[in-house]
Amino acid sequence: MNQLTISIIFYVFAAVTVLSAAFVVFSKNVIYSAFALLFTFFGVAALYVFLSADFIAVTQVVVYVGGILVLLLFGVMFTNTIMQTELKADVLHVVPGTILLLLMIAGMLYTFYTTGDWMPGQAQLQGSVVQRVGFETMSRFMLPFEMASIVLLVALLGAAFLARYDKAHKNEH
Amino acid sequence: MEMFTAIGLNHFLTISAILFSLGMFAVMTRKNAIVILMGVELILNAANINFLTFSKYNGGMTGVMFSLFVIVLAAAEAAVALAIVINIFKTFKTVDVSRVDTMKE
Repeated sequence: MNQLTISIIFYVFAAVTVLSAAFVVFSKNVIYSAFALLFTFFGVAALYVFLSADFIAVTQVVVYVGGILVLLLFGVMFTNTIMQTELKADVLHVVPGTILLLLMIAGMLYTFYTTGDWMPGQAQLQGSVVQRVGFETMSRFMLPFEMASIVLLVALLGAAFLARYDKAHKNEH
Repeated sequence: MEMFTAIGLNHFLTISAILFSLGMFAVMTRKNAIVILMGVELILNAANINFLTFSKYNGGMTGVMFSLFVIVLAAAEAAVALAIVINIFKTFKTVDVSRVDTMKE
Protein backbone atom coordinates (compact mmCIF):
# COMPACT_ATOMS: atom_id res chain seq x y z
CA MET A 1 0.00 0.00 0.00
CA ASN A 2 1.36 3.36 -0.88
CA GLN A 3 1.11 6.49 1.19
CA LEU A 4 -1.92 7.90 -0.62
CA THR A 5 -4.02 4.78 0.01
CA ILE A 6 -3.24 4.85 3.71
CA SER A 7 -4.10 8.53 3.93
CA ILE A 8 -7.40 7.94 2.16
CA ILE A 9 -8.28 5.06 4.49
CA PHE A 10 -7.40 7.22 7.49
CA TYR A 11 -9.59 10.08 6.33
CA VAL A 12 -12.50 7.71 5.58
CA PHE A 13 -12.35 6.28 9.11
CA ALA A 14 -11.93 9.75 10.61
CA ALA A 15 -15.01 10.96 8.74
CA VAL A 16 -17.02 7.90 9.81
CA THR A 17 -16.03 8.46 13.45
CA VAL A 18 -16.77 12.17 13.56
CA LEU A 19 -19.99 12.09 11.53
CA SER A 20 -21.50 9.16 13.43
CA ALA A 21 -20.53 10.81 16.73
CA ALA A 22 -22.33 13.94 15.56
CA PHE A 23 -25.33 11.77 14.68
CA VAL A 24 -25.27 10.23 18.17
CA VAL A 25 -25.39 13.67 19.70
CA PHE A 26 -27.85 15.41 17.40
CA SER A 27 -30.30 12.58 16.67
CA LYS A 28 -33.61 12.85 18.47
CA ASN A 29 -34.23 9.10 18.45
CA VAL A 30 -32.46 7.14 21.19
CA ILE A 31 -32.27 3.94 19.15
CA TYR A 32 -30.69 5.80 16.23
CA SER A 33 -28.16 7.27 18.66
CA ALA A 34 -27.28 3.81 19.97
CA PHE A 35 -26.74 2.41 16.49
CA ALA A 36 -24.72 5.43 15.39
CA LEU A 37 -22.56 4.84 18.46
CA LEU A 38 -21.73 1.42 16.96
CA PHE A 39 -20.12 3.12 13.95
CA THR A 40 -18.29 5.56 16.22
CA PHE A 41 -16.77 2.71 18.21
CA PHE A 42 -15.71 0.87 15.06
CA GLY A 43 -14.19 4.04 13.64
CA VAL A 44 -12.28 4.69 16.85
CA ALA A 45 -11.03 1.09 16.80
CA ALA A 46 -9.75 1.64 13.25
CA LEU A 47 -7.96 4.79 14.41
CA TYR A 48 -6.34 2.72 17.16
CA VAL A 49 -4.96 0.41 14.46
CA PHE A 50 -3.45 3.46 12.77
CA LEU A 51 -1.80 4.25 16.10
CA SER A 52 -0.25 0.73 16.02
CA ALA A 53 -2.24 -0.29 19.12
CA ASP A 54 -3.88 -3.36 17.61
CA PHE A 55 -4.56 -5.01 20.98
CA ILE A 56 -6.43 -1.93 22.18
CA ALA A 57 -8.43 -1.89 18.94
CA VAL A 58 -9.57 -5.49 19.44
CA THR A 59 -10.36 -4.78 23.09
CA GLN A 60 -12.35 -1.74 21.99
CA VAL A 61 -14.44 -3.84 19.62
CA VAL A 62 -15.00 -6.62 22.17
CA VAL A 63 -15.72 -4.45 25.22
CA TYR A 64 -17.45 -1.43 23.72
CA VAL A 65 -19.37 -2.98 20.83
CA GLY A 66 -19.98 -6.35 22.46
CA GLY A 67 -20.55 -5.13 26.00
CA ILE A 68 -21.28 -1.48 26.57
CA LEU A 69 -23.39 -0.95 23.47
CA VAL A 70 -25.52 -4.00 24.26
CA LEU A 71 -25.92 -2.69 27.81
CA LEU A 72 -27.00 0.69 26.47
CA LEU A 73 -29.52 -0.93 24.14
CA PHE A 74 -30.88 -2.97 27.06
CA GLY A 75 -31.14 0.26 29.00
CA VAL A 76 -33.09 1.88 26.18
CA MET A 77 -35.43 -1.10 26.05
CA PHE A 78 -35.94 -1.27 29.82
CA THR A 79 -36.59 2.41 30.27
CA ASN A 80 -39.15 2.79 27.51
CA THR A 81 -42.51 1.12 27.91
CA ILE A 82 -43.28 -1.20 25.04
CA MET A 83 -46.49 0.51 24.04
CA GLN A 84 -44.73 3.83 23.75
CA THR A 85 -43.93 4.20 20.07
CA GLU A 86 -42.02 7.44 20.34
CA LEU A 87 -38.49 7.10 21.66
CA LYS A 88 -37.83 10.80 21.42
CA ALA A 89 -35.47 12.59 23.74
CA ASP A 90 -35.87 16.27 24.42
CA VAL A 91 -33.06 18.74 24.66
CA LEU A 92 -32.43 21.68 26.92
CA HIS A 93 -29.84 24.46 27.00
CA VAL A 94 -29.23 24.09 23.28
CA VAL A 95 -27.82 27.57 22.69
CA PRO A 96 -25.30 27.53 25.58
CA GLY A 97 -24.44 23.96 24.64
CA THR A 98 -23.74 24.90 21.04
CA ILE A 99 -21.66 27.88 22.11
CA LEU A 100 -19.67 25.65 24.47
CA LEU A 101 -19.25 23.02 21.72
CA LEU A 102 -17.86 25.50 19.23
CA LEU A 103 -15.71 27.27 21.83
CA MET A 104 -14.21 23.98 23.03
CA ILE A 105 -13.39 22.76 19.53
CA ALA A 106 -11.94 26.13 18.57
CA GLY A 107 -9.96 26.45 21.77
CA MET A 108 -8.49 22.98 21.64
CA LEU A 109 -7.60 23.18 17.95
CA TYR A 110 -6.05 26.63 18.47
CA THR A 111 -3.95 25.22 21.30
CA PHE A 112 -2.92 22.15 19.31
CA TYR A 113 -1.98 24.03 16.16
CA THR A 114 -0.27 27.09 17.61
CA THR A 115 1.76 25.72 20.53
CA GLY A 116 4.66 24.95 18.24
CA ASP A 117 5.43 21.61 16.64
CA TRP A 118 5.21 18.41 18.59
CA MET A 119 8.55 16.69 18.77
CA PRO A 120 8.07 12.93 18.34
CA GLY A 121 10.45 10.67 20.19
CA GLN A 122 13.30 8.82 18.55
CA ALA A 123 11.76 5.35 18.86
CA GLN A 124 8.08 5.40 17.99
CA LEU A 125 5.80 2.44 18.48
CA GLN A 126 6.08 0.11 15.51
CA GLY A 127 4.32 -3.07 14.59
CA SER A 128 2.19 -5.10 16.96
CA VAL A 129 1.89 -4.07 20.57
CA VAL A 130 0.47 -7.32 22.00
CA GLN A 131 3.71 -8.77 23.36
CA ARG A 132 4.71 -5.52 25.04
CA VAL A 133 1.25 -5.20 26.61
CA GLY A 134 1.80 -8.63 28.16
CA PHE A 135 5.23 -7.72 29.51
CA GLU A 136 4.01 -4.41 30.93
CA THR A 137 0.95 -5.99 32.52
CA MET A 138 3.04 -8.56 34.34
CA SER A 139 5.81 -6.19 35.40
CA ARG A 140 5.25 -2.46 35.77
CA PHE A 141 1.43 -2.45 35.80
CA MET A 142 0.87 -5.49 38.00
CA LEU A 143 -0.87 -3.56 40.81
CA PRO A 144 -3.25 -1.59 38.53
CA PHE A 145 -4.05 -4.83 36.71
CA GLU A 146 -5.08 -6.59 39.91
CA MET A 147 -6.94 -3.51 41.11
CA ALA A 148 -8.85 -3.43 37.81
CA SER A 149 -9.99 -6.99 38.44
CA ILE A 150 -11.21 -6.07 41.93
CA VAL A 151 -12.98 -2.97 40.56
CA LEU A 152 -14.71 -5.11 37.93
CA LEU A 153 -15.82 -7.62 40.55
CA VAL A 154 -17.19 -4.90 42.84
CA ALA A 155 -18.91 -3.12 39.94
CA LEU A 156 -20.48 -6.40 38.83
CA LEU A 157 -21.82 -7.11 42.32
CA GLY A 158 -23.00 -3.53 42.74
CA ALA A 159 -24.76 -3.41 39.39
CA ALA A 160 -26.45 -6.75 40.00
CA PHE A 161 -27.51 -5.60 43.46
CA LEU A 162 -28.88 -2.28 42.20
CA ALA A 163 -30.75 -3.62 39.19
CA ARG A 164 -32.19 -6.78 40.70
CA TYR A 165 -35.88 -7.49 40.82
CA ASP A 166 -37.09 -6.08 44.10
CA LYS A 167 -39.86 -8.38 45.35
CA ALA A 168 -40.45 -6.68 48.70
CA HIS A 169 -40.65 -3.31 47.01
CA LYS A 170 -43.16 -4.62 44.50
CA ASN A 171 -45.45 -5.98 47.23
CA GLU A 172 -45.77 -2.57 48.86
CA HIS A 173 -47.58 -1.12 45.87
CA MET B 1 3.09 -0.44 9.82
CA GLU B 2 6.04 1.92 9.39
CA MET B 3 4.12 3.89 6.80
CA PHE B 4 1.46 4.79 9.36
CA THR B 5 3.80 7.30 10.95
CA ALA B 6 3.27 9.61 7.99
CA ILE B 7 -0.11 10.63 9.38
CA GLY B 8 0.68 13.42 11.76
CA LEU B 9 -0.04 13.73 15.43
CA ASN B 10 -2.33 16.70 14.92
CA HIS B 11 -4.79 14.63 12.86
CA PHE B 12 -5.54 12.40 15.82
CA LEU B 13 -5.67 15.30 18.25
CA THR B 14 -8.20 17.04 16.03
CA ILE B 15 -10.48 13.99 15.94
CA SER B 16 -10.19 13.60 19.69
CA ALA B 17 -11.02 17.29 20.28
CA ILE B 18 -14.14 16.99 18.12
CA LEU B 19 -15.24 13.77 19.86
CA PHE B 20 -14.69 15.30 23.29
CA SER B 21 -16.69 18.42 22.45
CA LEU B 22 -19.55 16.37 21.00
CA GLY B 23 -19.63 14.27 24.16
CA MET B 24 -19.71 17.41 26.29
CA PHE B 25 -22.55 18.71 24.14
CA ALA B 26 -24.53 15.50 24.69
CA VAL B 27 -23.97 15.62 28.45
CA MET B 28 -25.03 19.26 28.57
CA THR B 29 -28.08 19.30 26.35
CA ARG B 30 -29.77 15.92 26.35
CA LYS B 31 -32.49 15.05 28.86
CA ASN B 32 -32.45 11.29 28.40
CA ALA B 33 -30.05 9.68 30.89
CA ILE B 34 -29.05 6.98 28.41
CA VAL B 35 -27.92 9.53 25.83
CA ILE B 36 -25.95 11.29 28.56
CA LEU B 37 -24.18 7.96 29.16
CA MET B 38 -23.41 7.76 25.43
CA GLY B 39 -21.87 11.24 25.69
CA VAL B 40 -19.69 10.05 28.55
CA GLU B 41 -18.53 7.12 26.42
CA LEU B 42 -17.61 9.55 23.62
CA ILE B 43 -15.55 11.60 26.08
CA LEU B 44 -13.73 8.47 27.30
CA ASN B 45 -12.99 7.46 23.70
CA ALA B 46 -11.58 10.91 22.97
CA ALA B 47 -9.29 10.62 26.00
CA ASN B 48 -8.21 7.17 24.81
CA ILE B 49 -7.31 8.48 21.37
CA ASN B 50 -5.13 11.13 23.00
CA PHE B 51 -3.39 8.57 25.23
CA LEU B 52 -2.62 6.26 22.31
CA THR B 53 -1.49 9.11 20.06
CA PHE B 54 1.05 10.42 22.51
CA SER B 55 2.09 6.88 23.37
CA LYS B 56 2.78 6.11 19.72
CA TYR B 57 4.75 9.24 18.96
CA ASN B 58 6.61 9.01 22.26
CA GLY B 59 7.50 5.36 21.86
CA GLY B 60 6.56 4.40 25.43
CA MET B 61 3.98 1.90 26.58
CA THR B 62 2.41 3.95 29.37
CA GLY B 63 -0.35 5.43 27.25
CA VAL B 64 -1.30 2.05 25.82
CA MET B 65 -1.61 0.51 29.29
CA PHE B 66 -3.54 3.50 30.57
CA SER B 67 -6.04 3.32 27.72
CA LEU B 68 -6.56 -0.36 28.54
CA PHE B 69 -7.47 0.56 32.12
CA VAL B 70 -9.71 3.34 30.83
CA ILE B 71 -11.65 0.75 28.80
CA VAL B 72 -11.97 -1.49 31.89
CA LEU B 73 -13.27 1.41 33.98
CA ALA B 74 -15.66 2.44 31.18
CA ALA B 75 -17.19 -1.03 31.25
CA ALA B 76 -17.64 -0.89 35.03
CA GLU B 77 -19.03 2.64 34.80
CA ALA B 78 -21.56 1.69 32.13
CA ALA B 79 -22.84 -1.29 34.14
CA VAL B 80 -23.28 0.66 37.39
CA ALA B 81 -24.71 3.74 35.67
CA LEU B 82 -27.29 1.66 33.80
CA ALA B 83 -28.29 -0.05 37.04
CA ILE B 84 -28.80 3.40 38.58
CA VAL B 85 -30.78 4.55 35.53
CA ILE B 86 -33.04 1.49 35.77
CA ASN B 87 -33.61 2.25 39.45
CA ILE B 88 -34.46 5.85 38.57
CA PHE B 89 -36.93 4.55 36.02
CA LYS B 90 -38.50 2.24 38.61
CA THR B 91 -38.93 5.13 41.05
CA PHE B 92 -39.84 8.04 38.80
CA LYS B 93 -41.27 6.20 35.75
CA THR B 94 -39.05 8.34 33.55
CA VAL B 95 -35.40 8.72 32.61
CA ASP B 96 -35.73 12.44 31.95
CA VAL B 97 -33.01 13.83 34.23
CA SER B 98 -34.63 17.27 34.36
CA ARG B 99 -37.70 15.77 36.03
CA VAL B 100 -35.75 13.75 38.60
CA ASP B 101 -35.66 16.44 41.24
CA THR B 102 -36.81 14.89 44.52
CA MET B 103 -34.76 12.95 47.03
CA LYS B 104 -37.76 11.30 48.66
CA GLU B 105 -40.74 9.52 47.20
